[in-house]
Amino acid sequence: MSLQQSDIEKVAHLARLGIDPADMPEHIKNLSSILDLVDQMNAVDTESVMPMAHPVDTAQRLRPDEVTETDQREQFQAIAPQVEAGLYLVPKVME
Amino acid sequence: MHDKTVAQLGAGLRNGEFSSVELTRAFLERIEKHDKTLNSFITVTPELALEQASAADARIKANEATPLTGIPFAHKDIFCTQGIRTSCGSKMLDNFISPYDATVVSQLKSAGIVTLGKTNMDEFAMGSSNETSYYGTVKNPWDTNAVPGGSSGGSAAAVAARLTPVASGTDTGGSIRQPAALCGITGLKPTYGRVSRYGMIAFASSLDQGGPMTRTAEDAAIVLNAMAGFDERDSTSIDKPVPDYSAHLNDSLEGLKIGLPKEYFDEGLDSAVGDAIDASIKEYQKLGAEIVEISLPNTHLAVPTYYVVAPAECSTNLSRFDGVRYGHRCDSPKNLEDLYKRSRGEGFGDEVKRRIMMGTYALSSGYYDAYYLKAQKIRRLISDDFRKAFEKIDLIAGPTAPSVAFNIGEKNEDPVSMYLSDIYTIAANLAGLPAISIPAGFVTDRPVGLQLIGNYFEEARLLGAAHQYQQVTDWHNHHPEGF
Repeated sequence: MSLQQSDIEKVAHLARLGIDPADMPEHIKNLSSILDLVDQMNAVDTESVMPMAHPVDTAQRLRPDEVTETDQREQFQAIAPQVEAGLYLVPKVME
Repeated sequence: MHDKTVAQLGAGLRNGEFSSVELTRAFLERIEKHDKTLNSFITVTPELALEQASAADARIKANEATPLTGIPFAHKDIFCTQGIRTSCGSKMLDNFISPYDATVVSQLKSAGIVTLGKTNMDEFAMGSSNETSYYGTVKNPWDTNAVPGGSSGGSAAAVAARLTPVASGTDTGGSIRQPAALCGITGLKPTYGRVSRYGMIAFASSLDQGGPMTRTAEDAAIVLNAMAGFDERDSTSIDKPVPDYSAHLNDSLEGLKIGLPKEYFDEGLDSAVGDAIDASIKEYQKLGAEIVEISLPNTHLAVPTYYVVAPAECSTNLSRFDGVRYGHRCDSPKNLEDLYKRSRGEGFGDEVKRRIMMGTYALSSGYYDAYYLKAQKIRRLISDDFRKAFEKIDLIAGPTAPSVAFNIGEKNEDPVSMYLSDIYTIAANLAGLPAISIPAGFVTDRPVGLQLIGNYFEEARLLGAAHQYQQVTDWHNHHPEGF
């Protein structure tokens, strides 16, 4: 299946991924060929097959609703790009 | 000392033939001498290593040693290591000093291993040649023009060149087994859920599994004993007792039924590699195994299915890298959207971008049923093929990779041809089965890997079959010249 530049732009936006315009032709070519590979799946009739989300069929484990983690904010924020007074800083969202 | 296996080194340490400090110094010197050529390490941690080695020597003296106490060890740089950079082979995490240890790392620490450093890998474990690493390509010690395979290429090259006796790896579609094959070492991917994923940077959560990369199956058993086990911090960890994987290495293979899937020996397989695999099957016959031809009819769908499931999970997992809490952040962002887009655009390499976009496409509105749901259904068919096969046989044998190591640069222009390097390994991940690659010969002086796939939680049987083969062959004892 052949993708258009607009398809790549849409997907890159959904993924919040900046794409260098110079790389666009390469991405169009490569993603189109990956889709061709993936399209081999269409040859199979899967009408009555149950989807398999997980390799081992077990129920999701639950745990008691108790606090188990301690406060490690300072340690975690020590590796953040920009923090102030215990908050992560980002560019202004509202004027 | 560097020629010895983990089992031999452990015995030497406990008998007082050498100390862990001496051993650690010897390996650090080898890394210093050879890794400029190989580039198998991203970070070397000599101070930590020597500190841990002294502690290990004290523990050995006090008779409190485990089989791994004092053994030098290298971690794939995907495992979080507290206080040590954990880059995942990416510019995105070049500045990331992990604030905690992965469960695998803390388990091995308590067993007393000595951390030599962190090994090179394809960026976020996405690749089959180690060429997507931000830190440069790793060279295959058997031929420095060749790739070591990937994504655990640094671990494989370091073990093959005996810069470390053992390394950890992770396997999402073949990332332990394919580099093990291409570098002529032993690599085990355990059953999904057997080894904790906590602190192992996630690529595709329903496929990722950590495991040991060693020179022998006996060593893999020793390391798996310390790596495996239930972890309540991993929501898909399996709560099942861990057997002693070293206990059944010497069991006879008399009457063992080995299935050869005819789809693993078709025209896609290099004929010289096929001959080496045939010869190794004959060894198994001599050991008393019964060889049965089987069919896994949906094999050809494994790669297409994987390239929906893995990118879909990757696009979700990698959304956490947003330039806000940790990792790379772009300079002077104009607004929040610009911050996300430029931080991610600058931090991720091409292959990672491709997979994020492929996964986002497959999960996007209007395409979900055609791609993701369809892939999950075919995943069931692939898994059912194995279920039916294991009703009649005990193990599956075949090649790990369709060819020996290819040259650096040979496949990195065409992602799809690279993806097909994992044609024989991916199905075990989709089904969640354990599988091992062991050295089985050479073609044009590059190693061939034999893959054995077992039923769920039958790692002991896999390791036993691999060990028995290593008792009657010596492929695993060959060393690359010059290292």
